[in-house]
Amino acid sequence: MAHAYIPGLRVTDYMTFEVERRLPLKGRVLVQKGQVVTAETVVARTELPGNVIPVNLANQLGVPAADVEGTLIKPIGSSVQKDEVFARVKTMFGLMSQSAKSPANGVLESISSVTGQVILREPPMPVEVDAYVNGTVKDVIPDEGVTIEAKGAFIQGIFGIGGETRGTLKMLVSSPSEVAAPEKLDASVKGCVVVVGAYVSNDFLNRAIQAGASAVVAGGIDDKDLRDFLGYDLGVAITGHEEMGITVLVTEGFGHMPIAERTFRLLKALDGKVVSVNGATQIRAGVMRPEILCPLDGPILENQVHASAEEGLKAGANVRVIRQPYFGKLGTVVSLPAELQMLETEAHVRVVEVEFGDGSGKKTLPRANVEMIET
Amino acid sequence: MTLPAKEKILSILATDCGSTTTKAILIEKRDGEYRLIVRGEAPTTVEAPFEDVTRGVLNAIMEVEELAGRPLLDGDNIIHPQQGNRGVDVYISTSSAGGGLQMMVCGVVKNMSAESAQRAALGAGAIVMDVIASNDSRLPHEKIRRIRQLRPDMLLLSGGVDGGTTQHVAALAELISAAEPKARLGAGYELPVIYAGNVDARELVKERLEAKTALTITENLRPTMDRENWRPASDTIHELFLTHVMAHAPGYKKLMAMSEVPIMPTPGAVGLIMQTIAALEKINVVGVDIGGATTDVFSVFGETFNRTVSANLGMSYSVSNVLAEAGIPNVMRWVPVNMEEVDLRNRIKNKMIRPTTIPQTLEELMVEQAIAREALRLAFEQHKALAVGLRGGQQARTISDMFDQTETGATLVNMADLDLLVGSGGVLSHAPRRQQAALMMIDAFLPEFVTKLAVDSIFMMPQLGVLSTVHDVAALQVFHRDCLIHLGTCVAPVGSSKDGKDCMKVTLTAGGASRSAEVKAGDILVLPLAVGEKGTLRIGLDRNYDMGAGKGKDRAVEVTGGVVGVILDARGRRPFSLPADPAGRVACLARWNKALDIYPAY
Repeated sequence: MAHAYIPGLRVTDYMTFEVERRLPLKGRVLVQKGQVVTAETVVARTELPGNVIPVNLANQLGVPAADVEGTLIKPIGSSVQKDEVFARVKTMFGLMSQSAKSPANGVLESISSVTGQVILREPPMPVEVDAYVNGTVKDVIPDEGVTIEAKGAFIQGIFGIGGETRGTLKMLVSSPSEVAAPEKLDASVKGCVVVVGAYVSNDFLNRAIQAGASAVVAGGIDDKDLRDFLGYDLGVAITGHEEMGITVLVTEGFGHMPIAERTFRLLKALDGKVVSVNGATQIRAGVMRPEILCPLDGPILENQVHASAEEGLKAGANVRVIRQPYFGKLGTVVSLPAELQMLETEAHVRVVEVEFGDGSGKKTLPRANVEMIET
Repeated sequence: MTLPAKEKILSILATDCGSTTTKAILIEKRDGEYRLIVRGEAPTTVEAPFEDVTRGVLNAIMEVEELAGRPLLDGDNIIHPQQGNRGVDVYISTSSAGGGLQMMVCGVVKNMSAESAQRAALGAGAIVMDVIASNDSRLPHEKIRRIRQLRPDMLLLSGGVDGGTTQHVAALAELISAAEPKARLGAGYELPVIYAGNVDARELVKERLEAKTALTITENLRPTMDRENWRPASDTIHELFLTHVMAHAPGYKKLMAMSEVPIMPTPGAVGLIMQTIAALEKINVVGVDIGGATTDVFSVFGETFNRTVSANLGMSYSVSNVLAEAGIPNVMRWVPVNMEEVDLRNRIKNKMIRPTTIPQTLEELMVEQAIAREALRLAFEQHKALAVGLRGGQQARTISDMFDQTETGATLVNMADLDLLVGSGGVLSHAPRRQQAALMMIDAFLPEFVTKLAVDSIFMMPQLGVLSTVHDVAALQVFHRDCLIHLGTCVAPVGSSKDGKDCMKVTLTAGGASRSAEVKAGDILVLPLAVGEKGTLRIGLDRNYDMGAGKGKDRAVEVTGGVVGVILDARGRRPFSLPADPAGRVACLARWNKALDIYPAY
């Protein structure tokens, strides 16, 4: 039977998930396999090598590159303080001298007799990685980090900005198509991950920052608002490094978009629970979507079928349309015709026949424009 | 899979793993000739949940199986050699998935060795993330930070002519050493660094980099001021791409095991085919391959081949960056319907976050084709800036050079000398009507005088490029018969005047019949001329226009037919402009679209 691989976003109330927590450079792992950790536990630590500052001694002291080593008054490997004299040369029969001061605190790392340069390395910067979610250390990657295993709810969004954060999930709307009024951003949202409905504006985001919310979850955002919020036009979808004071997770896309029913139902069930959120998105090699994680003791919703999107698209599969003109609609695959079919654009493409659940009947869509969902 | 003798090859399966889609084609020898049989495609699966490029490859092959009606796979293995109706004799692949090959290049002088190094990396099919030069405006610590941040797949260091000073190269090596650069994929392996500079500096470079990187030394790519020699560096890049980079990308070890033929970076394969066309027909060619993440431009003018890649101009992953770089007014000027800025922005961003979707409605198609024009235009601008003569060397200059104001480093891309413009990539190859591809290319590249236009029929140039290294006859047969679709000829005088004023009166004589037409300024018109036909076009020009013989001078030129025909473009060149007001713009685009029958009624 015909089937096809269609990527889909994962939204599930209970699954085992693994979170890799890795240092950017090799360092020390502080926890052991099997250890139970909280989201705040520091699991690994390292020191990033300090910034490097080349100092051209030959130019500064006016000596040939081959002679610079002889001008050092502190040997290579020594620590130096900012403005400390570390090299000196005497001229005019020793009557005059010229010296070089260190531009920063650091260590004299190396010297070149070809270029006359000294490499000064600033002190290392400590880097710590926390566990991000409550769970158990499943594996230790020696010197690099750990894999944390946890069970619970997992929601992938389509796009986000801002890095990892945590907070109590708070629903500001009661239906997926509602848009939260800014007045709902009162003192109670401080430190919370707020779910704001079908749309979030630039103004709303700025008010959410003022109110101290840690993250905002919305169905859609206008690109114009995103640009106004960030202060620049987002070119390539590689995000997560923004330091806006809040993390934003968009579940559906750009524009006014009601949050998908099943996503909304799950968010509602998580109301009041502490969740971990990451807005980092990378829609290129090694795709990364923004996520909400919430460790749980057991399934939180009833009637959940935990089917896997990896089984592929086939008759009977539940899908959601991810492009105009039926964007956001849910349906069931009726068939996957093998023959190419013509669209309104006159393009001939592989299609899928979908029966929509809203009674609007059977529609033919490009296979590329649907995603598998779990119900 | 072992390669059978050439004469025994009856079937070839070729895949190209793009950043968005994996394409598979089946070629078979029928009646003594190699022909394309079917084509299949599937989303590329470098990403989660599979993180294994071979899943997408197998899915695309399954589609080929289904369409060809014969088995090619036994589980996850390609059946080979061909046994009756089952399997194929050869399997080959190209790849640009996983972001392609991402490199940094370093050279001493920005406009000389650094630029040569950039051309060498691009020629090998890489994306150049940054060019570090001793004389660029950044401070040393800024360069070090940049090298550390970028995490390229590979670094190419050049600098100095042979026998020249070694100090600057040593300084660059010291910067790289201080940065302790890490490779993009695979935390545990050392970054491959290629040194292709002054031979006298090799030891100095070794001392500084051998302990910290996987250093390979090759011939100087700029041995003298007036000579580039980037082939050895390019070959080394290709070799390291296979042994280092590909081996660490998700699923590539498996993919490499599936094929006896080395996997080639997609742009390298397309470049091979472009050079083949130019050499065979002795013409100047510009080719473009617009992908999901990147747009590659290739040019062959005379003996000089150049390739550039615009790493962040593309139709899916990079679509939003086209908007960011071109700006809303430039994209909107090609949208032939009234649309609000908010709507246009959201449509483009939605494509960015769901890059594998395709337009289902006409309006969505129009938006994609509008943005494609800007992606192509920007990529071509970047190409013209890099495809330049060698800078820094002494040149014999004639009096005419002085009058022409030519200088060393001037672009080699001269639209007036261009013979053939070839388009490839999904948005051009899969445009529902061929005239859409023709007009997109004309609008973006603005060819002048007489230029033939062609598109890759179903985007198979990458596969044919790699096939040409294994079976040149099969590659050329399929290229001529099934790959290239001749669209026709674009005739565009240089000059402009007010819309509706006189521009040109033409008479096309072909096959014993003649047809005359008048094209007013601001208009575009098509005269049918079938594929394979040639004709003579006599052009009577208004005094404001030039067809290469001088302003107002009449000309007779040979034109070639195609599926679109002879396109007479009197919309003006230098400058070419569109009405700024939305209503005027929509009306103007509607008129041109109607003249070329671009879209169904809308």
